[in-house]
Amino acid sequence: MSGKEIWVIAEYGEEGIKKSAWEAVSAVRLLSENLKTEPAAVILGNGIGRFAEELSKELNRVYFFEHPLLSKYNANTYVRCLYYLIKEKNPAIILAAATFRGKDYIPRLSARLDCGLISDCIGFEADNGVSFKRYVYGGRLIATVKFEESEPCIITIRPRSFAYKKTGTVNGEILRIVPNIEQQDIMVTIQEIIKETGKRSDLSEADVIVSGGRGMKGAENFKLLEELADVLGGAVGASRAVVDAGWLPHTFQIGQTGRVVSPMLYIACGISGAPQHLAGMSTSKCIVAINKDPNAPIFKIADYGIVDDLFKVVPVLIEEIKKSKKN
Amino acid sequence: MKIIVCVKEVPDTAIALKIKGDSPEIETENIPWVINPYDEYAMEEALRLKEKFGGDITVITFGQKRAENILRNCIALGADRVLRINDESIKNRDGLVTSKILAKVIKDIGYDIILCGKESVDYGYAQTGQMIAEFLQISCVLAIKKLDVSPLNKEAICHREIEGGLEVVKCNLPAVFTAQKGLNTPRYASLSGIMKAKKTKIETLEPDAWGFKPKIRITNLSYPPKRQEGKIIKGTLPDTAEELVKNLKEARLI
Ligand SMILES: Cc1cc2nc3c(=O)[nH]c(=O)nc-3n(C[C@H](O)[C@H](O)[C@H](O)COP(=O)(O)OP(=O)(O)OC[C@H]3O[C@@H](n4cnc5c(N)ncnc54)[C@H](O)[C@@H]3O)c2cc1C
Repeated sequence: MSGKEIWVIAEYGEEGIKKSAWEAVSAVRLLSENLKTEPAAVILGNGIGRFAEELSKELNRVYFFEHPLLSKYNANTYVRCLYYLIKEKNPAIILAAATFRGKDYIPRLSARLDCGLISDCIGFEADNGVSFKRYVYGGRLIATVKFEESEPCIITIRPRSFAYKKTGTVNGEILRIVPNIEQQDIMVTIQEIIKETGKRSDLSEADVIVSGGRGMKGAENFKLLEELADVLGGAVGASRAVVDAGWLPHTFQIGQTGRVVSPMLYIACGISGAPQHLAGMSTSKCIVAINKDPNAPIFKIADYGIVDDLFKVVPVLIEEIKKSKKN
Repeated sequence: MKIIVCVKEVPDTAIALKIKGDSPEIETENIPWVINPYDEYAMEEALRLKEKFGGDITVITFGQKRAENILRNCIALGADRVLRINDESIKNRDGLVTSKILAKVIKDIGYDIILCGKESVDYGYAQTGQMIAEFLQISCVLAIKKLDVSPLNKEAICHREIEGGLEVVKCNLPAVFTAQKGLNTPRYASLSGIMKAKKTKIETLEPDAWGFKPKIRITNLSYPPKRQEGKIIKGTLPDTAEELVKNLKEARLI
């Protein structure tokens, strides 16, 4: 593999390059050190030169596709641009974050190239040929996966699996490319974006998640958890029981058939800890459980537990946190 | 309207799984198998489309004989035709091979709308629908929570999930849609449906001569590291809350 480049495709939003993309940049750097290859970034868009510059401070080379038709994300134009560049440059590995966008265009790209894809990786090992780790069966097992003769190898990484640190020390080159794409390449167009009640809902990037279960007893009581989330600067999540009861929309659901999250701190309030729920949060760094049933399975995986009525605990907890922030 | 649904059987989501020796496989004897939960939403959406626009539903699975159970359930629900691509002869296949073969079979059947689950809860690669769409060179919309099809204009408007919200997107037909929870509430099969399903013969296709090669391979399975059982903070409020905050602060979590 040596000699060839390893690419990261960087995703961005209105707020700039995404956290998950910086994690992917770190993963690419780590891989390139291990495999003695050069790391490079690819970014696609229109009028986003500042993002390309930001990337060039971290990696030796940035391929920057610029075209008015790239101002909105689209899988077909992404695949078209990337396909031609890959055919020309022959990178060894292509990596992106396993976000909704990544999951959208990356499998299409891999089909177009007839290349292997290992998605949603949480780590890699570089001895004896590189292999990748990923959860399978809803987090019940971990699989080690290898490529067999695939050029390039395509990987997506699960958000929050790699630590990132911007160095700002590289002075990489930016290669601007104006691709040959047309309106008729586009099969799916974004008409509108409906944001879920503000900042509290981006679960995949939150450092702290306060999550409620059936023990919350009703939609109106989630105000309490929002307050707790606010003092911690976190997001609110829920178990499926809550979503099925219609107290919160499905975007809030954590678990096997909801979001998989891995925050620094996960506070489960009135959640029993069913296997399908654990599948979505058991890799959190620290788990706190508040439940009045001492036998609730959630306590088996919690770092800290309080056996008590959550409606009594949470208000006191909010006050204690406020107090602790003052000193 | 020709509707195709791709379904898959997976081990029940609540049971503990055992690794078979030091092989990269799980013990599959005596465990309950179910239809992949996301595929249930795909199947339900197919039934609703058929009710609205007419047409027929073909359900395809790529699996072992055992997977005929989930196909029978799809007949009971109202599928017109079910098809099993027999994978007993294929030792090693990855998502790319699976999608290639599915695309080939779907192409032969003909299609207007293809519905899949947004991922399967066994391997969770979340790729089959997108790959099928690329092989057929048609649209694909991921993780949809709402679907409005307009057969006359040959287009559809749907809601797809993204981080922190939804996108309303318009796409051309034919298209692949992958179903997210929230798309609909799946119905139960009727008794007459179940009776009919019992009698239906299930078609089987043998793909072994097609010779596609997998590009990735699972070399090992392991159990995730067990989380250390933590401590229950003993005592009463407000001491318990105070103690918790102290611990979290020491761990620099707040
Ligand atoms: C195919 C499939 C997929 C699934 N996917 C998911 C998924 O993605 N996510 C998910 O979460 N679930 C999922 N489930 C459902 C899962 O099995 C559980 O039913 C669900 O997680 C239970 O939610 P819960 O813990 O909120 O409710 P319960 O299990 O009812 O637990 C409520 C808890 O609240 C406690 N409690 C009640 N009142 C109070 C109080 N005042 N103070 C403190 N504690 C209190 C109780 O002691 C209890 O432990 C899935 C199930 C299936 C079959």
